[in-house]
Amino acid sequence: MKMKKVLLFFSILVIGLSPQVVEGMHIMEGFLPIQWAIGWFIVTIPFLIVGMKKIKEILVENPNKKVLLGLAAAFVFVLSALKMPSITGSSSHLTGTGLGTILFGPGVMSVIGSIVLLFQAILLAHGGLTTLGANIFSMAIAGPLVVFTVYTLGKKSKINKKWVIFMAASLGNLATYVVTAFQLALAHPDVTSGFIGALSKFLTIFALTQIPLAIAEGILTVIVFNLLEEYKKEGGEIIEDII
Amino acid sequence: MKTLYKNILLFLLVIFIAVSPLVFNKEAEFNGADGEAEAMIGEVSPDYEPWFSGFWQPPSGEVESALFVLQAVLGSAFIFYFFGYLKGKREKAYD
Repeated sequence: MKMKKVLLFFSILVIGLSPQVVEGMHIMEGFLPIQWAIGWFIVTIPFLIVGMKKIKEILVENPNKKVLLGLAAAFVFVLSALKMPSITGSSSHLTGTGLGTILFGPGVMSVIGSIVLLFQAILLAHGGLTTLGANIFSMAIAGPLVVFTVYTLGKKSKINKKWVIFMAASLGNLATYVVTAFQLALAHPDVTSGFIGALSKFLTIFALTQIPLAIAEGILTVIVFNLLEEYKKEGGEIIEDII
Repeated sequence: MKTLYKNILLFLLVIFIAVSPLVFNKEAEFNGADGEAEAMIGEVSPDYEPWFSGFWQPPSGEVESALFVLQAVLGSAFIFYFFGYLKGKREKAYD
């Protein structure tokens, strides 16, 4: 019941938003001052080290999970390529980091997300190399940490598991863009109203547009979990091994 | 089969979320350019100049969207391979 109320709240928020033309995306190449660009890179390093160790562990202990790791990466690939129009009148895109985080934890997802962001920065000129650290932090670290926290807390409660997955993936997507707004406001405080002023401006760009997309991301993540569960339930031992 | 129906329903919901802005917000431009956020940076700190630009840019919007499609295709190819693989395993297990 509580989840239904949350969903209702989201819907009202979405419907109540006035149209405005803005877009939420990764931070563009060259748009972070050099000290911030380097700073965010440094912040991501420990997460990436932990993530790579974890991936190594998974591959050694259970080589069957390689395919599932591939699924988590493929999901990020597809979802982060999907630009969706939002009710606010602009477009933004999904992240897809919820699935892998729930399956493998935030460390593993930080590595997978970084690979996708690097691909987009080099081949698509989307995001950027200088802003890669900041974008890794928002999409591949902050988002997954929120997913992990919500999922871990929700799993302990009596709430239906699918709702927990939905909330975790949705809030993770939303968190990614809230963090992006923070990053931009920190680097570009408003000349008159300072950090807070800039933050509220960037938040209106990034967070509001993102709400319907966050809901879409939550639903898509649940769809994949439904499929995984179905095969786990009906399948033979081999599938049990993989999932 | 219940899962299938549930998933189809959920997928229709996603499509509704994606399409409804086009119907309910007809005047909007749904800008895909990064220009909007750039403009906001220009507004809050007018003196800022981007100090680095990429080595390469897709020559046109069409080429860019083709590359995005390629990315989505590669990802979905693996996802469908994965579930096809599971389906094959399951059928084999039932034999």
